[in-house]
Amino acid sequence: MSAPNPEGLRLQVDMIKCVGHASCAELLPERVTLDEWGYPIIETDPLPQHLVAHARRAVAACPTLALRVDGKVARVR
Amino acid sequence: MTIMLERGARQGGRAQPGPLPRLLAGGRKLGEHRATYGQIPLRRFASEDGRRKLVRAVTDAGLRGRGGAGFPTGLKMASVAAGAKRPVVIANGCESEPASRKDKMLMVCAPHLVLDGAVLAAHAVGADRVYVCVERGTSVADRLEREIAHRDDPVKWKLVRVPRRYVSSEESALVHLINDGDGRPMAAPPRPYEKGVGGRPTLVDNVETLAHVALIAAYGPEWFREVGTRSDPGSTLVTIGGAVARPNVYEIAPGMRLGEVLDAAGGAVEPIGAVLVGGYFGTWVPMPDGWGLPLTHDRTGPLGTSLGSGGIVALPAESCGLAETARIVRYLAEESAQQCGPCMFGLPAIATDLAAVAYGRCDPATRQRLTRRMAQVKGRGACRHPDGATKLATSALATFADDLETHMDGWTCTGVSRDPVLPLPDRRHRDRSWK
Ligand SMILES: Cc1cc2nc3c(=O)[nH]c(=O)nc-3n(C[C@H](O)[C@H](O)[C@H](O)COP(=O)(O)O)c2cc1C
Ligand code: SF4
Ligand code: SF4
Repeated sequence: MSAPNPEGLRLQVDMIKCVGHASCAELLPERVTLDEWGYPIIETDPLPQHLVAHARRAVAACPTLALRVDGKVARVR
Repeated sequence: MTIMLERGARQGGRAQPGPLPRLLAGGRKLGEHRATYGQIPLRRFASEDGRRKLVRAVTDAGLRGRGGAGFPTGLKMASVAAGAKRPVVIANGCESEPASRKDKMLMVCAPHLVLDGAVLAAHAVGADRVYVCVERGTSVADRLEREIAHRDDPVKWKLVRVPRRYVSSEESALVHLINDGDGRPMAAPPRPYEKGVGGRPTLVDNVETLAHVALIAAYGPEWFREVGTRSDPGSTLVTIGGAVARPNVYEIAPGMRLGEVLDAAGGAVEPIGAVLVGGYFGTWVPMPDGWGLPLTHDRTGPLGTSLGSGGIVALPAESCGLAETARIVRYLAEESAQQCGPCMFGLPAIATDLAAVAYGRCDPATRQRLTRRMAQVKGRGACRHPDGATKLATSALATFADDLETHMDGWTCTGVSRDPVLPLPDRRHRDRSWK
């Protein structure tokens, strides 16, 4: 059911750009929940293939361009 | 200011540097420094091949960053050197950590060892420019500027006076300050080693790390490994404070036990309840249970204790560790750059919960909320500031678990009325601006 996408794409957020607008949590509840202050808690493991398109939609809907889908890992240490 | 060292007297003669001290054996003036450590061995590492040899020497030596994270320095150098553009070096001497003053001491007592290391690091990665970053409002910047004027180096030096804010010394904040005059951390990617000052690959190294690079270049990786542990070789500077007889900066060998390190500082002057290891991003180690804990840059013990930035503070058993922690987490919350929601809202909320716990207005719900909030905030900032703050708070809840029970029962311990032991900067010596 949830085979990971072959390119290792992940949904990630730039917390500095994010303003807690929360449209991502509505569009992709499978991967995004909100903390008590309304900021997204994002599951950053590689996306299952069937969610890649949904994730891209969430990226496009973010008003501050804080989200991205790519294979880079933001934090290594 | 006196320097007290863990063992051994000064060993003169550069052919056979003694075991310890290594970093603090030279002098403040260029002449004294050269008499102890010799000329910068740039010639030995001439040409492209030489650069690679130098990076390999640092890698083989197993040197790890002394700025807190303990990342392998050789690996970082190799990544920076592999970039497409000409790299830049930043020497991070800000030491915003209130429980630490080893970098300031090193820059005052052995400025040329740090500068030699910066020249060698620049050479290793192919950089021609070194930014030396120090907190403004201290005399260190002026001193360094004077010492640099006496030198003749193949790099261009730039002294950067950094706002006195806890997070302005984080590496992306330094890059941000140099590029745009804004000392707040930036989001990754890109990280400074990929794209930093002027879009160039940027090597950010702590000043003590750079001093070790100079020693490795002069004496070789095998010599470097003669002290320390296999995975954390070389000597390291620690700042020991709190209830010890001789609080000061000491040069120790990683692997030494916590109790031995305290003894080196004259031992406890009253019964010790716990020791903070690793500064304000560190962990509380319960005493006397933690006496035998070996201190290295690797995570050890049940709380993942590591030397971090080397700040060690002995807390008397009579003091309240929860109140001390609440005060520090409040400070860290105030020092947030207020850019990321979880850090901006989470840290003050955690600080408030901790204060409630410490001052006896605690109930199981507060405690649960605290645990949940700490888990929520961790790892969710653009920089590691919230991770450090929650690590400290988490270790406090574990180490002072018994005290916590007492506080939960509605008792306030007498410790909360004692003078705080953990140092904080005077508000007048903190900057509000990010420029
Ligand atoms: C909030 C924050 C503050 C920091 N402050 C310092 C500092 O004062 N000095 C320092 O050397 N590193 C500091 N660091 C670590 C730097 O970002 C960076 O990792 C370090 O300078 C790299 O040098 P090293 O590899 O030699 O340790 C800080 C990190 C964070 C997250
Ligand atoms: S939609 Fe964008 S701004 Fe809004 S919470 Fe999600 S990431 Fe943040
Ligand atoms: S995590 Fe905190 S300190 Fe770090 S960039 Fe975000 S708001 Fe600033």
